[in-house]
Amino acid sequence: MDTYVMSREELVSYQLRTLYSRYGYSQYKMSKFEEYDLYVRNKNFLVSDNVITFTDHSGRLLALKPDVTLSIVKSGRDVPGKVSRIYYNENVYRTAPGSRDFREITQIGLECIGELDTYLVSEVLTLAAKSLKRAGQYISFFQSPDYVLELSHLDVVSCLLDSLTVNDEVKAELLSCIGEKNVHDLARICRESSVDEARASALQTLVTTYGTPDEVLPVLSSLAEENETLREAVDELTRTVEALSDEVRRNVRIDFSLLNDMTYYSGIVFRGYIKGIPDGVLSGGRYDRLMRKMDRTSDAIGFAVYLDRLAGYYTTAPGEAFDAVLLYDDATAPPEVSEWVAKRVEKGERAVAVRDLPGNWHYKEVIDMRGGKGNE
Amino acid sequence: MSEMLNIALPKGRLGEKVYDMFEKAGFECPSIREGGRKLIFENAEAGVRYFWVKPSDVAIYVARGAADIGVAGKDILLEYAPDVYELLDMELGKCRMAVAAPKGFCDDLRRPLKVATKFETIAKRYYASIGRDIDIIHLNGSIEIAPILGLSDVIVDIVETGKTLVENDLCVVEEILPISARLIANKANFKFKQQAIRRLSDSLQEQINNRTEVQA
Repeated sequence: MDTYVMSREELVSYQLRTLYSRYGYSQYKMSKFEEYDLYVRNKNFLVSDNVITFTDHSGRLLALKPDVTLSIVKSGRDVPGKVSRIYYNENVYRTAPGSRDFREITQIGLECIGELDTYLVSEVLTLAAKSLKRAGQYISFFQSPDYVLELSHLDVVSCLLDSLTVNDEVKAELLSCIGEKNVHDLARICRESSVDEARASALQTLVTTYGTPDEVLPVLSSLAEENETLREAVDELTRTVEALSDEVRRNVRIDFSLLNDMTYYSGIVFRGYIKGIPDGVLSGGRYDRLMRKMDRTSDAIGFAVYLDRLAGYYTTAPGEAFDAVLLYDDATAPPEVSEWVAKRVEKGERAVAVRDLPGNWHYKEVIDMRGGKGNE
Repeated sequence: MSEMLNIALPKGRLGEKVYDMFEKAGFECPSIREGGRKLIFENAEAGVRYFWVKPSDVAIYVARGAADIGVAGKDILLEYAPDVYELLDMELGKCRMAVAAPKGFCDDLRRPLKVATKFETIAKRYYASIGRDIDIIHLNGSIEIAPILGLSDVIVDIVETGKTLVENDLCVVEEILPISARLIANKANFKFKQQAIRRLSDSLQEQINNRTEVQA
């Protein structure tokens, strides 16, 4: 592997694909186009609802793919007892938030579809954590990257909201307060819609409780005492966290302000952050509801890594980098120089012979053959 | 060494009041009081870096992660819906978002209402909620003269004391919502600087509670 030739993004993408493949995932390739109809029917599932469309010769309306998951779900078949492990690395076309210009974005991700159990969910979470670690390694030099895998369970939130006797408009407002960690407006809305105090304070506890599983799970258990559905959700969260390795668990934070669209997602959802990058770089969750909407009986969980959000933050050393540099001058015998270069390149190193060493070069080794000194 | 907490403050009187509260919370940076044209101030000991920015830009600095936290008006948060956490109502800079019109205004329901405003999203959302068809006119300032010149029927704007309205022969016809300054945080940076941000926001909450007690 010649790492000098690859850009940081290519390197990360290669490493992620290797990782997924070693865990038994196989690559899914899709064509650039998909029928527009697929996206119209599931508009809210997409990150942005602007899609580039065009008609083909027979008048069908096609779209440049804005998303890969929908196509994977559409093309798959449910086979009882079979779990399909799929990863993809595709270009998708979207508008950036707050802008009207289309961009081509490299997206890499994976899906695990079938009868899901605790192990499979924890496997996907583990791969998400490992992806963050790999993707973050070029952000800060010489330091193992700091990352956070934020975890939530949508049933916890929806269960508390559904227990309220308020209309959907108020529910939507409360939901956005939860997403903003906005306790003050949440309390005000509860007061205004005369939500009873116990339920209002349960919601507030949900918003103010976040942190490591050890900090959050006990608080949740006490909330869940009387509510069966909530109890189940908390148990599922607890089992999943327990199935993770110590290293992954150290980087897990439970936070219920993380909300994915509940018409598609249910159960466990997660998001990944890398220190130094002001946006989430990984997003995923259980999307059983999307599967049902598309007439699939299997459960599904998956995530995508937004490599484009990382690209701008990779630190690259200024100037060129080499494994070895040879210094020579008129007194050095040319055959010796060429023999040295050939030998090094043969070994798989990046080597160069120069008369002067530029100040901004990086190298592991420098050999001085100036003045006719012999080879090493 | 623990890391710097980057704080975007809105330039002006509100920002100074906010800084006083941050200082009391233990995030002091004395050099900020020296005045002058400098915009960035740092106190490595307390682990803070403050910068003054245009009030309407605070949310942009925070959403993009240039600042970890900041203080922005609820009007800006509603208008631009930046993807940030809204941690606290600072209960400062209180005012109202309202519809104002020339005295004696009567809404003609047979045609769309012409609305001049800086706050397009808020105005559109409000009129959609009451089912009124509008023609929106985006202006950047001196909104008050739009109805006088016949450019619009009404305006949607922030009303603090109502003095500007009175001087331009306008009056409030409808209040849309109350506005105040909010403490906001970048979602990603929050994960990594949670302790410092929590310490700050707890202390601010305490100061706000004390203030309301004194007033009560």
